[in-house]
Amino acid sequence: MHKSVLVWIAVLGTALAAAGCSSHKPRPNAGGAANSTVPSDQSQTAGAQNPNAESEAEQAAVRNGTGAGVQGPTAPNLQQRTIYFDFDSSEIKPEYNDLVAAHARYLVANPNVRVRLEGNTDERGSREYNIGLGERRAQAVRQALMLQGVSDSQITVVSYGEERPAVTGHNEAAWSKNRRVDIVYLN
Amino acid sequence: MAAIVQQDLTSSGRFRLMARQDMRATPTMASQVQAADWRAAGNDYVLVGRVSSPAAGMFDVDCDLINTATGQPVGSQRFIASSASLRNAAHQVSDFVYQKILGVRGAFATRIAYIAVQGQAPSQHFQLIVADADGYNPRVILESDRPIMSPNWSPDGRWIAYVSFENRLAAIYVQELATGQRRLVSARAGVNDAPAFSPDGTQLALTLSGSGGNLDVWLLNLQTQQLRRLTDDPAVDTEPTWSPDGQSIYFTSDRAGGPQIYKLDVANPSRVQRITFDSSYDARPQVSPDGKRIAFITLDGGNYRIAVQDLASGTVTVLSHGHLDQSPSFAPNGATIIYAGRDGDVDTLQTVSVDGLVTQRLNSNEGDVREPAWGPFQH
Repeated sequence: MHKSVLVWIAVLGTALAAAGCSSHKPRPNAGGAANSTVPSDQSQTAGAQNPNAESEAEQAAVRNGTGAGVQGPTAPNLQQRTIYFDFDSSEIKPEYNDLVAAHARYLVANPNVRVRLEGNTDERGSREYNIGLGERRAQAVRQALMLQGVSDSQITVVSYGEERPAVTGHNEAAWSKNRRVDIVYLN
Repeated sequence: MAAIVQQDLTSSGRFRLMARQDMRATPTMASQVQAADWRAAGNDYVLVGRVSSPAAGMFDVDCDLINTATGQPVGSQRFIASSASLRNAAHQVSDFVYQKILGVRGAFATRIAYIAVQGQAPSQHFQLIVADADGYNPRVILESDRPIMSPNWSPDGRWIAYVSFENRLAAIYVQELATGQRRLVSARAGVNDAPAFSPDGTQLALTLSGSGGNLDVWLLNLQTQQLRRLTDDPAVDTEPTWSPDGQSIYFTSDRAGGPQIYKLDVANPSRVQRITFDSSYDARPQVSPDGKRIAFITLDGGNYRIAVQDLASGTVTVLSHGHLDQSPSFAPNGATIIYAGRDGDVDTLQTVSVDGLVTQRLNSNEGDVREPAWGPFQH
């Protein structure tokens, strides 16, 4: 049931018209003290004068999995770094067995090398639940690597859910490219 | 100010307002109102008001709501506002009218938090924004080149918890709005996600997985830092949300195969009850402020939509009509739900009344906007 309401507020004083009655939206206050801006790459220190400090910070980032990716191994069979998944599935399809095995062999042969496995989903459904699905996919790759001898200490897992799509789009062509785990070499 | 009040009341869907150009008289005081004339023109009520400026930068707002059937005021509202808070003053007038006529507290003078994203994958820029409930006065409280997720308000409205991937791994922070100071609350190995303040503000429900990757719901005491496990099974258990009495937590779990909504007893968390049965996919619950219903995402004929379920009867009503609707959040008066919907290629914020009858889209020029969280009453 609608109620009819007449609204009339008289404005006395011209200061009011300037103060708050404009119809456009003000721009955000991005510069105030109550704003935090996150530096985009926290794995590098600002103190470039001290190469030892930078190297320590980078080494820590490699160990704890927060480092920026590096080019990693140059062998042709190790250039494919992405495993794609079917909808609602965290099962590694047989077509990716060779890829996983190749990376496992390299990591076993190079026990100081570390990787970050990044799990992702397509955009459908709830964002936080999709963090769980992305984690499942990345854990599936982790398990497959460990079964082939890779040490747990060489692997960091992160799920981005639907937050870091590889491809923008709202159809299966895009979705199929976003349901993935990326293998990122940290050193 | 009149325009803001007009917009607020119209957007609630519960009022029909007379256009200014149709007004044949312009009273500013109750004594000037010829009630019978306004009633004849189809108005049940007349709101009249005056704003004066007794000192620079200060405004005296004074209004009366008159019932045209009796010719008598049903209420008056008078307060001082500064020029910086004039929009808020107008929203307070809207709240006053809403409560007087409908008997329900208005939620026009509240705030929302949400995430705005600019750019295209894989190079995107993320902002956590706090704005008025009508989308005006947006203020960036965090920006990052990596994802920000899951904003959640403390019950006193002073803090926001969120997930940030600024270190490339997930971590949960709480940030004080007045100062911008923030505190890292969880950066454990694995998933750190879905923070939810308890109704008394002393605890945070959250999702952790450990390095083994098994997502479960935990409880963190913000004072003592003690952690208590609430779920313990191989399924994905996440998205905790509190009942308003603090006794129960509703959450999403796929222990039955696909995601459904469950409820656990905080004092005895092994007591778990499944709540949703309507669809093969039900997730992301939020409990209404009166504790009587939940809003959630449901799969409805291939579309992800917002639904509400009455907890006593189990009746489910689908409220939204998009393909990829998500992140529902109740206004603190329980009358409206804000959510994120897709409009063509753009993610937008939309509101729907809890009976599903009125929908609104919030204007935004900030790129894709997502994960709205409606803040509490402010006084």
